[in-house]
Amino acid sequence: MLRYIGKRLLIAIPTLILISIFVFSLQKLLPGDPALVMAGEERDPKVIEYIREKYRFNDPLPYQYFYWVNGVVHGDFGMSLRTNQPVLTLIEQKLPVTIQLALMSMILALLIGIPTGILSAVKKGTVVDYIANIVALSGLSIPNFWLGIMLILLVSVRLHWLPASGYVSPFVDPWRSFATMLMPSFVLGSAISSAFMRHTRSAMLSVLKSDYVRTARAKGLTETIVVLKHAFRNALIPIVTLGALIFGELLAGAVLTEQIFTIPGFGKLIVDAVFNRDYSVVQGMVLCTAVAFIVMNLVADVLYVVLNPRLRDTL
Amino acid sequence: MTTMAAELHGVVEAPPSENRTWKKLRSNRSALFGFAIVFFFVAIAALAPVLPIPDPTATNWGLVRKAPSAAHWLGTDELGRDLLSRMVWGAQASLLAGVVSVFITVAIGVPIGLVAGYFGGWLDQIISRVTDALLATPFLILAIALAAFLGPSLTNAMLAIGLSAMPIFIRLTRGQVLAVKTEDYVEGARAIGLGHFRIIMRYILPNVFSPILVQSTLSIAVAIIAEASLSFLGLGQQPPAPSWGSMLNVAKDFLEQAPWMAMWPGIAIFLVVIGFNLLGDGLRDALDPRETE
Repeated sequence: MLRYIGKRLLIAIPTLILISIFVFSLQKLLPGDPALVMAGEERDPKVIEYIREKYRFNDPLPYQYFYWVNGVVHGDFGMSLRTNQPVLTLIEQKLPVTIQLALMSMILALLIGIPTGILSAVKKGTVVDYIANIVALSGLSIPNFWLGIMLILLVSVRLHWLPASGYVSPFVDPWRSFATMLMPSFVLGSAISSAFMRHTRSAMLSVLKSDYVRTARAKGLTETIVVLKHAFRNALIPIVTLGALIFGELLAGAVLTEQIFTIPGFGKLIVDAVFNRDYSVVQGMVLCTAVAFIVMNLVADVLYVVLNPRLRDTL
Repeated sequence: MTTMAAELHGVVEAPPSENRTWKKLRSNRSALFGFAIVFFFVAIAALAPVLPIPDPTATNWGLVRKAPSAAHWLGTDELGRDLLSRMVWGAQASLLAGVVSVFITVAIGVPIGLVAGYFGGWLDQIISRVTDALLATPFLILAIALAAFLGPSLTNAMLAIGLSAMPIFIRLTRGQVLAVKTEDYVEGARAIGLGHFRIIMRYILPNVFSPILVQSTLSIAVAIIAEASLSFLGLGQQPPAPSWGSMLNVAKDFLEQAPWMAMWPGIAIFLVVIGFNLLGDGLRDALDPRETE
């Protein structure tokens, strides 16, 4: 088991190096003198000089990369040129908000997606299955920022049920925090719950055909126990591998969701950074996202093995 | 998969035959429905210049934010522009963005995947690691970052989306090639002394084509949403030219006064995306050689 994790970690190293090269080269895409572009509208000579110095633009390319990576390895992802705060501090401030949003979306997605998937598989070919599939396909096809806009229109503007925007920390006012996050979580969770539903359905369909399910039925167990205890537990394995993919979906979805509901999280930070031409923040955030994604992939791989005892022996 | 005779004549039969694929696709009602939606929007986008609609960028201060009426079927926007006209021209931008970005992805990603899978070795190692690295960044975040650094424009948005979707195609193609490479007909082609290029073009590419076609269709759906997202964030189509995403961006500020402004673009994106998804799913079922009628 440890050897397996070790091997996976070793594979991650070249990937990380390549990502760092990629993120570093992003600034080379900027048209013209990068220092001038990064300095923004004012073109303060002092700022331009600072940027030149900071990114070593006067040195050869490999040196620039080396200095940049050296900083990153020591936790220096650069400074925001607009707020004068370290990028890492900014991310640390915003991340908890996005984590709350992501967790609530995930819970909603699981609560909706998995039972629907099970039901749809058990009732395969019936109206229930048909409707569940249509809803899932719609959930995957609807642009989630539009879903957000329509919900604001209906729930906030017309019905005045929930606030349209803003953020309240759960440590300040748990109930209001829940209320403000409910709509964004639903928006962000809708696509994921559709993915959950589709995967649960296909996993359940293949498991329901297996011998041990037939045996369990033959033993005279009730259908509920067969479905939930025998079939679902085994269908769970392929669903777990969705983990890393969903993490990406959540982060990317958070960008638009936070924008619509003006939630001051990770996604809003990246959009604001893009608008303010705060390129070092964009770079730092892409790098952080990629590292987090690799870690999530690793966790999903390990979980997959933990959940599937048959695989454990082959390692 | 391929008969001996066909192999000797250098003919590769795409599994399953075109006829059966077409028949299966035609009998698939949801795929046909998807095709009809896609066809409708493509027709509208193509006919945009000849349709009897006003100039999509012509402003009219007397007609600011008017609700749908007989004169303006879908209403007008915050500058008094006709929304039907903007929707039609926006269809052009959105579909173009979807198709062009997937074209970029396929044109670059598939050859790279073919080379990686066919030749293997250190080249494959390098390509695969780079692909892993690119896949480690969520698609939309990668596209946003690329679009931000390239500068906001529809062309750059297409480029950013195309490049961001590329690793998926590299990986898909490579995997398919690995599976096909050891087939007898490829061995046979090698045995009679055909060059690598001929083998790839005549024996490998036709046999890995189906999954790429399916993925391309589904990717157009993803690319259209991505373009709408980028334009929504102001990184795609620039005003005054319309695109569904940029129309939504403006509409969100007038939700109370002019809710219809936000409705049409969203419904259109939703329909087109569902169309491509249904078509892609249908193609997958029709092209799947395992599934028999």
